[in-house]
Amino acid sequence: MAKRKLIELAHARSGDKGDVANVGVIARKPEYYPILVREVTAERVKEHFAGVCLGKVERFELPNLGALNFLLHQSLDGGGTLALKADPQGKTYSTALLRMEIDDSL
Amino acid sequence: MIRIANGQGFWGDSLEAPVEQVRRGPLDYLTLDYLAEVTMSILQKQKSRDPKAGYARDFVDMIARVLPDLVERRICVVANAGGVNPAACREAVLEVAKRLGFDVKVATVTGDDIMDRLDDLLARGVELKNMDTGEPLSAIRDQVESANAYLGAFPVAKALGRGAQIVITWRVADAALALAPMIHEFGWQADQWDKLAAGAVAGHSVECGAQCTGGNCQADWETIPDLAGVGYPIVEAEPDGSFAITKHTGTGGRVTVASVKEQLLYEIGDPREYITPDCVADFTTIQLEQAGPDRVRFTGIRGRPATQFYKVSISYAAGFKAMGSLVYAWPDAYKKARAAERILRQRLERLGLRFDAIRTEFLGANACHGIAAAEPSAATEPLLAEVVLRVGVRSENRAAVERFTREIAPLALNGPPVVSGLGAGRPRVEEIVAFWPALIPKGEVTPEVTVWPSEN
Repeated sequence: MAKRKLIELAHARSGDKGDVANVGVIARKPEYYPILVREVTAERVKEHFAGVCLGKVERFELPNLGALNFLLHQSLDGGGTLALKADPQGKTYSTALLRMEIDDSL
Repeated sequence: MIRIANGQGFWGDSLEAPVEQVRRGPLDYLTLDYLAEVTMSILQKQKSRDPKAGYARDFVDMIARVLPDLVERRICVVANAGGVNPAACREAVLEVAKRLGFDVKVATVTGDDIMDRLDDLLARGVELKNMDTGEPLSAIRDQVESANAYLGAFPVAKALGRGAQIVITWRVADAALALAPMIHEFGWQADQWDKLAAGAVAGHSVECGAQCTGGNCQADWETIPDLAGVGYPIVEAEPDGSFAITKHTGTGGRVTVASVKEQLLYEIGDPREYITPDCVADFTTIQLEQAGPDRVRFTGIRGRPATQFYKVSISYAAGFKAMGSLVYAWPDAYKKARAAERILRQRLERLGLRFDAIRTEFLGANACHGIAAAEPSAATEPLLAEVVLRVGVRSENRAAVERFTREIAPLALNGPPVVSGLGAGRPRVEEIVAFWPALIPKGEVTPEVTVWPSEN
């Protein structure tokens, strides 16, 4: 078992819907998808975004795309035009998530 | 097969992209997304000053550039450029056509604007509750500035069916812009859920322009060729609901399974329930295949019946905000920025100013990624060449926000050393126009299609 940064196994894109940020995480190779499913749980994502995500984290699986979609509730300082953040649309949450350290054993 | 291009991902996107889409290769339809929620109140102000204003002027300028090509090759245009004044937008387009000597049919799709009916709706028990918080609209009724339902693709298809070459809408679901030509060309019916879902997925894939052709793409970003000349996306749609995403030959960027997946996942919720006015698409049924260079084929998409509701976007005045920043350089850039933050907060406190929120971030340290990036440590902090202290405040009280804007610049002379970055002057006070998402029963909204010059 080895610890690796998620960015080595996945790429991602994030965006906003009001005060909810979504982060789509995509396996770089099909064999990485089961690792993502096992390692990148909603609980771990919530922990990873401590202080940023103030609500719940939901996870959805897209095995057909080798991808996971996360919804981070209450994560954008009220969302849209209300937010005072430098990144009010959570565009950089994609790479923030890819900093996560995971166990990459198959 | 029909070719449907996107030439504009948002209002403010490349002015050249739509022109290139028309001129660089074969095309049947050009779709353009000018919807930008934050511009709604600006458009309204424009209209109140000038009854002929209040729509996306960029669109009319673009039409003036490409109309000869559109007419010669019979390329149709679908654009949500109408703003708060679709009729004026239509008149401006007809004027351009007349000036250039072309006879063009232009349609508007309206009926999305429910602003004048809000009180009637509320009185009849249509609560327009906030979809996220559950609050009733009455909480902000007095602050409402606009209210529009997101219409679907069928009224747009109807306009095309009545011979319009240019269809102008305002609030139409993003994905519906590309779906409408498919409904029109292939005769898809309102209960053919799989086909409609496929069209909606195609629309979602291209609605953000170059974001599916190599722009903002993390997969192997450094090797994506010629982003300076990035090609915008084109859907090659088939009557059976299958389609390919590609771009014109010779343009920059890249269309791969990876670039397309990133866009598919952009701003979605539950992938099994991508809700549009026309159907509910299931993103877990999408099958992708690299079908050639810069060509990704989509098959297998399944859909379910549409819901009984339209989504409504309500904008309302939500107070004021201002953002200021100060640049601190090495040595101790982060420490100095932190010190300036403390001093600023003390001064705001002493002034007795009340804010709904004060937010401070440290650009260059961890503003974007927060705790995921961790605090600068004793080892990394001395290496930071500069840190930007960014402070934002929000309040119902404009005077408090105004007063805040006077407290930034003085820190350059009466705070920690050494400050740069004040060239732009005092921060600007912005009126906040916030958004209230709600649902409305479909029976309460009647889309209207008007074609000019009229068929008769």
